[in-house]
Amino acid sequence: MNRIVEKEYFSDAVVKLVVEAPRIAKSRMAGHFVIVRVGKKGERIPLTIAEADVEKGTITLIVQKVGVTSIKLCNLDVGEYISDLVGPLGEPTHIEKVGTVLASGGGVGVAPLLPIVEAFKNAGNKVITVLAARNKELIILEEQMRLHSDEVVIMTDDGSYGKKGLVTHGLEEIIKREKVDLAVTVGPAIMMKFVSQLTKKYNIPTVASLNTLMVDGTGMCGACRVTVGGKTKFVCVDGPEFDAHQVDFDEMLLRLNSYKPSETEAYESFLNKYRKA
Amino acid sequence: MKVLLEYLKKERDQEWRVELRSKLKNKERTQLERIQMPEQAPDKRNKNFTEVNMGLSEEQAMFEARRCLDCPNPTCITGCPVGINIPKFIKKIEAGEFMDAARVLKETNALPAVCGRVCPQEIQCEQVCFYSQKMDKPPVAIGYLERFAADYEQNSGNMSVPETPAFNGIKVASIGSGPAGLAFAGDMAKMGYDVTVFEALHEIGGVLKYGIPEFRLPNNVVDVEIDNLQKMGVKFVKNFIVGKTASVEDLKEEGFTAFLVGTGAGLPNFMHIPGENFIGIYSSNEYLTRINLMNAADPAYDTPVLSGKNVAVIGGGNTAMDAVRISKRLGAERSMIIYRRSIEEMPARVEEIKHAKEEGIEFLNLHNPVEYYADENGRVNKMKLQKMELGEPDASGRRRPIPLEGSEYIIDVDTVVVSVGVSPNPLIPQSMKELDVSSWGTINVDKESLQTSIPDIFAGGDIVRGGATVILAMGDGRKAAAAMDRHIKGKVRDILTLIKEFKTIGEVLDFVK
Repeated sequence: MNRIVEKEYFSDAVVKLVVEAPRIAKSRMAGHFVIVRVGKKGERIPLTIAEADVEKGTITLIVQKVGVTSIKLCNLDVGEYISDLVGPLGEPTHIEKVGTVLASGGGVGVAPLLPIVEAFKNAGNKVITVLAARNKELIILEEQMRLHSDEVVIMTDDGSYGKKGLVTHGLEEIIKREKVDLAVTVGPAIMMKFVSQLTKKYNIPTVASLNTLMVDGTGMCGACRVTVGGKTKFVCVDGPEFDAHQVDFDEMLLRLNSYKPSETEAYESFLNKYRKA
Repeated sequence: MKVLLEYLKKERDQEWRVELRSKLKNKERTQLERIQMPEQAPDKRNKNFTEVNMGLSEEQAMFEARRCLDCPNPTCITGCPVGINIPKFIKKIEAGEFMDAARVLKETNALPAVCGRVCPQEIQCEQVCFYSQKMDKPPVAIGYLERFAADYEQNSGNMSVPETPAFNGIKVASIGSGPAGLAFAGDMAKMGYDVTVFEALHEIGGVLKYGIPEFRLPNNVVDVEIDNLQKMGVKFVKNFIVGKTASVEDLKEEGFTAFLVGTGAGLPNFMHIPGENFIGIYSSNEYLTRINLMNAADPAYDTPVLSGKNVAVIGGGNTAMDAVRISKRLGAERSMIIYRRSIEEMPARVEEIKHAKEEGIEFLNLHNPVEYYADENGRVNKMKLQKMELGEPDASGRRRPIPLEGSEYIIDVDTVVVSVGVSPNPLIPQSMKELDVSSWGTINVDKESLQTSIPDIFAGGDIVRGGATVILAMGDGRKAAAAMDRHIKGKVRDILTLIKEFKTIGEVLDFVK
């Protein structure tokens, strides 16, 4: 049981939760994630850790309402408890001084990108960060990103903020402008696929942090498996970060939709109940 | 050993046992037929998750107990990994003293209601029973009787809590709450230790909860046993991954003296054949976890599971039998076992194979999958099978399956469960670099003490054995508890010696570290 101590709406669909988890706050590193379960009948879902405060003993989760579990989580108020929260899981990001790091984040993928950007910056790299979303309302953590990046570029699909265009447009402009030694990308699978295609064209080593379906998160079930370089890997224990150029994103995209029909059904029945209540 | 034999003889010579033996001649006892376990009818049970075996009635149990000859040399005990005093508990049943029978079980077994259900008695105690060894008759149904006594006590609402001495103040931990950890915790608590059990998942019980389905081992049976351990003072911490949430070093700083690693064989094996990552292809661990731990079959729970019309389960072990029987219960029209050897070589218990067959499971023996195919959404829809034949015996002594070239054919499947074994979970070995690990990823231990290359860390169960049974893991837990107790007492003696030798506090502290 972990108590929620702070809650902030970034938008209607995106919520920031600061949760008591002193041990995780202490042991987590950039790239780590947690598994949460809401309620006795809830499912287990992975969520990346955006920030941690060792002194206060809290971690920050940023959640987008996309299904039953994320809505249940977003509906919890300050003072209420998350039934189960376990972590930190996964392998931490490999941080070293490489020169210039080009980071890109899409949607709530910006949240796990934050500690990665911070760690690369602290290791003495020049960090350029590209944040992308559909519109201005969905751009999150811009201020914190500016704190840890040498430059921040904002891209929106509709041009309501920053530059108009896709994340790849913003990235390509920078790649053409200056030498990039490493790219890091976190976001929807489809975005990471196109970022990976772009950086491959320019031969820039690229790390992607994958967000697959999971059950236990400790290597036990294999729900999260992906093909990397022709081999099956488990995102939970071998990842979540992999060489993006080796990842079979098409397979990953298919597997993410494993439960689409039942999820849609569950989501609608949940919304019906929720509206009645 | 001699002490044990003397103890058993003394117990056997007690008046009540002598009197009970004289009530019926051995000849009359051996003429009694072994009792049949009452079961739910196959066509009914393959549509529900209620337990298949319904348990013996009091009369049935007392009748079966009469068959036991109370041998002067009870070989059955040598077949039990936790050394239950088998004749004593059976004779208690014959005498109608069911609560006492349960107490005898709990002297050496922390989870009798579990073992009575899932132990492979046919290759342990029952295999070395006098009836099977010397008379070529069905052995005494020791497993059924164990379950009977344990259930009787559970249902009485009057569970006895084994006596524990006052806390000795020494903190020890089990990493993992499966059978090894629970057996360890029970024994350590009985010796007065302050025991904490750490569990990664949100439920205590490990494989007993996520692995074994409700129709073979109901969760409430496990919970009652866990509750009993709690009453003995054992503490349980869920959602805690040692090596991640906190390291062993952190826990040592918090006062833990020694550890048992019982983290199981948690990493599923795949066959690495084309198409194995299509949607609808599960590891047995994932399929069982969704159903058993997450209750995916119940629409009131959020976790989904894909239930198919044509389900293929690859493998021939108990886990494969569990998975295929679950698929039938989820409404599959065709549930198949696909196994590359013949039915004789299957590692599953005879009872599980029999139950599966009765429930309408098809067995495609001497078959092996070679490729999977999918529809446009990536959902598996067909698989290619190859026929096999048996050649010469391999290292395991079983005849090696050889593919028959040109025998391939395609069948329709929409759900596949790959149940071809598990590998040790790497989380703990990864977090302790100095831990000696085999090339298989199992932790190397001293065979007698189960001590690892780090003196304060012991290990048992599947993380050492690779993939074995609940009862062997429990046996390991008990063995490790005894060895850890000796290890800790040895350390305490050494410290006392140092103090007697007037060493400085600094030297003593250095030694403790």
